[in-house]
Amino acid sequence: MKIYNAKLIIPGLLIFVVMATFPIWYNKGTAAPPPEPKLNTPAIQRMAEKQCVLPKDQMRTEHMQLLNEWRTEVVRNGNRLYVAWDGKEYNMSLQNECMRCHSNKSEFCDTCHVYAGLKSGSQPYCWTCHIAPKENK
Amino acid sequence: MAKVPKPNELVFDYNPPQKWWMDTKPEFRPGTWCYPGKAKNAEVLGLPNPREWSPLDEDWKLPSNWKEIIFEGMRDCLNKYRSLRVFMDICVRCGACSDKCHFYIGSGDPKNMPVLRGELLRSVYRKDFTLAGKIMGRIAGARELNEEVVKEWFYYFFQCTECRRCSVFCPYGIDTAEITIMGRELLNLLGVNIDWVLGPAANCYLNGNHLGIQPHAFKDMIEFFVEEIEAVNGIRIEPTFNRKGAEVLFITPSGDVFADPGTYTLMGYLMLFHEIGLDYTWSTYASEGGNFGLFTNHDTMKKLNAKMYAEAERLGVKYIIGGECGHMWRVIQQYMDTMNGPADFLEVPRSPITGTVFDNAKSTKMIHIVEFTADLIRNGKLKLDPSRNDHLRVTYHDSCNPARAMGFFDEPRYVIKNVCNNFWDMPPNCIREQTFCCGSGSGLNTDEFMEMRMRGGLPRANAVKHVHDKHGVNMLSCICAIDRAVLPPLMDYWVPDVDVTGVHELVGNAIVMEGETERTTDLRGNPLEGMEDMSDEDL
Amino acid sequence: MGIKFSLLSVIALMAAVFVGVKVAGLHYFFGVVVPYAALATFLVGFIYRVLLWARSPVPFNITTTSGQQQSLPWVKQNKLDNPSTTAGTIGRMALEVLFFRSLFRNTKYEYHEGPKLRYQWEKWLWIFGLLFHYSFLVIFLRHLRFFAEPVPGFVHSLEGLDGMLQVGLPGLYITNLIFIAAVTFLFLRRVVVPQVRYISLPSDYFPLFLLFFLGVTGIIMRYFSKVDVVKVKELALGIVTFNPVVPSGIGVLFYMHFFLLCVLLAYFPFSKLMHLGGVFLSPTRNMPNDPRMRRHVNPWNYPVKVHTYEEYEDDFREKMIEAGLPVEKESK
Repeated sequence: MKIYNAKLIIPGLLIFVVMATFPIWYNKGTAAPPPEPKLNTPAIQRMAEKQCVLPKDQMRTEHMQLLNEWRTEVVRNGNRLYVAWDGKEYNMSLQNECMRCHSNKSEFCDTCHVYAGLKSGSQPYCWTCHIAPKENK
Repeated sequence: MAKVPKPNELVFDYNPPQKWWMDTKPEFRPGTWCYPGKAKNAEVLGLPNPREWSPLDEDWKLPSNWKEIIFEGMRDCLNKYRSLRVFMDICVRCGACSDKCHFYIGSGDPKNMPVLRGELLRSVYRKDFTLAGKIMGRIAGARELNEEVVKEWFYYFFQCTECRRCSVFCPYGIDTAEITIMGRELLNLLGVNIDWVLGPAANCYLNGNHLGIQPHAFKDMIEFFVEEIEAVNGIRIEPTFNRKGAEVLFITPSGDVFADPGTYTLMGYLMLFHEIGLDYTWSTYASEGGNFGLFTNHDTMKKLNAKMYAEAERLGVKYIIGGECGHMWRVIQQYMDTMNGPADFLEVPRSPITGTVFDNAKSTKMIHIVEFTADLIRNGKLKLDPSRNDHLRVTYHDSCNPARAMGFFDEPRYVIKNVCNNFWDMPPNCIREQTFCCGSGSGLNTDEFMEMRMRGGLPRANAVKHVHDKHGVNMLSCICAIDRAVLPPLMDYWVPDVDVTGVHELVGNAIVMEGETERTTDLRGNPLEGMEDMSDEDL
Repeated sequence: MGIKFSLLSVIALMAAVFVGVKVAGLHYFFGVVVPYAALATFLVGFIYRVLLWARSPVPFNITTTSGQQQSLPWVKQNKLDNPSTTAGTIGRMALEVLFFRSLFRNTKYEYHEGPKLRYQWEKWLWIFGLLFHYSFLVIFLRHLRFFAEPVPGFVHSLEGLDGMLQVGLPGLYITNLIFIAAVTFLFLRRVVVPQVRYISLPSDYFPLFLLFFLGVTGIIMRYFSKVDVVKVKELALGIVTFNPVVPSGIGVLFYMHFFLLCVLLAYFPFSKLMHLGGVFLSPTRNMPNDPRMRRHVNPWNYPVKVHTYEEYEDDFREKMIEAGLPVEKESK
């Protein structure tokens, strides 16, 4: 089979294939292990019933919206009381409530955020206002 | 012959029909199709299936295995031309081309949109050469090849002048001329063609030119113009024919030998060459610049074109100068060297007057007379009196092929501006690479096609009318022999006060020749500005 | 023609995923089998199609010249619209591929009584064409955050630029809006302009619907009905590292989105979408306009029967002699 203008077309196709298969050779055949956010902080370990403000699956996908709502409630409406789905009451505060249990930002928040590529411009901008907790290591 | 409706009787309707295009059939109305090719002409050219037939008949007398022939032909073309392969696959039907076609603008027939003209072929390609088309059929835009399709091809591939305007606008450079060329290639395999193309091609094959002028008559005709020139300025020119050892072979379309106003352009060539003392010869064998083979099929184009190099070699000239012609230059620029070259026996063209070497033609060794003249003027080698064209208010029609196959824009304008004092360009959307076709190119310049010609020529005429109304333009110049033949009736129809001229007629008017008597008229015998009384006395 | 058919096809595809995942539990099929098949079809099909084109030669140099040619030294050449050198041709192709140069010339024709013809400014197709292609490209590259670990820096830069409005949460990407707007424009144009509607085929509507729903499902997942992106990335990385895993608990919306992408990939080589490759191989654009300077060679050039000068002279010898025209031979 004769290919005409092969000197241009073959390299062109190669460039196309290399670009189209970028993820395959970039990851070099090994999938980085999925993150496992650590729940082993002292506060959590002390809890009798290990339960967050929302069920776990919901927290995984919707925590950012919840935090956003909390912010609006607190900053705009001055309301700090949150009644959860199971009737429990929480103080709407990232630093004083969320981080009370999840005091391990780098092993909890960051593991997923980095894995999912939330960095730079689309980084969660919690920490542009809040002070990130000092973690005792 | 069809009666041509008056301009105010033409209806322009751009609403697409209710039925989808695969379900509509062309109506073979007088004025919209050309007479079929005669058997005797097909035989001269060795084309398949020579016979007498008519598009109006139900039976087109196709060969019994015609479907096979088309499929084989299509496969052959797909394997030979990447253009066809790619153009069949990648059109996205964005519609940017749709209103760029003069035949669509003039007829409102959606199948004259370049995109649908392509679909006529593409639909058959999909059915037989793609998996999706085979399985999905109509949903994939595929359709069965049948005789109705062939009839439709005939109708629409002979309603395209291969002007390539759509190709300028296409984001993928899809060239409908290429599609029409392939369409005609396939139709010719079945013996489906038009006589206005076949007749001239057959003439050219046997006699050396489209008009079938035999050698002695060709010489007579040129000598007639010699006398005409003498009557204008008293200069006696002595052209030579088939002369071996001349430096230059000059080839121009035979239309310029035959009919006004091309003949005045030819007089311009004669005067120019005489004045600069060019050592050149005419040929009666290669007495045709144009090439109606381009409108037939590849082989015929090559056959007819072969004469140029063959004759140049026989006569032992150094290079060739070509006259003002449109599709002739498409063939010379894009096909000749490839088909019939390399022209090792010729030299790189060098103007003997200015010493300019035409590097842009260093392989093909054939230069355009307008390049040649522009170089003469630039180097001050011509004595010109542009006031002799003062009775003319000139605009310039970029002929499709020099425009979109060469990019020949500034050279003719330079020449015109040096030989005329009154020049106005038409609006920018209608000139240069966006120029509109005369509506009669690619062998469609026949009288039975007059209604479509007038419709297709409307965009060009309308732009002329614009400068006519605004600047009083009364002369449309061009560098194409078909233009010179077809623009006069087009102007009569849409813009009655505008005449048509070749650029070298304007040169012929302006050139001040050594020893000439005072001119009182232009080459046409019309009085020069301020000379109206003198010419009356002459009479 | 074919609007309904195309729309229903895309809806049916999504319904199939819904039933397949929700009812039949075909997570592995839609999450692993289909993507591999689609990717293979895309790559093999694309290469096959381009090689098919490449097997046919370009017998003639048929450049469309859209500007002044290289001519006498004092005539100013338009080096990008009518290049005569390789560099110029690369420039022309770059303008064509990156900025849709030819489409930029577009005008709109109008008929007025008289008849009087006018050619109006018409850049909408060009603008929305560009917006569509570039927003799609950015979205495509942004998605690499799911397919690459660690996420490459340029993906972050793109995200940063794209999300710079910092509106809403998760932050709004400008390209998402542009993409949906552009696809909608391209669709409406097809439906509203009678001529464009007339030329449109199902294969014109189908990719538009496909892309539209691809975009819509993506947007819903990002802003409204969230899926667990960590698990999505696990699945995506599994595929591209050939260690496929199907984490449980990914919403069906994701499978719809992913399946539409697979359909797009698999459909690509068999459709007009191949203009991606074709634009590079278009013979009217990718050659310098130099056939009079350098001989273009046609690999299948073959001799044809010509009417030679000798035959011609034989036909007319006496008449030529009588007219005083030189001849090669005085008699046959």
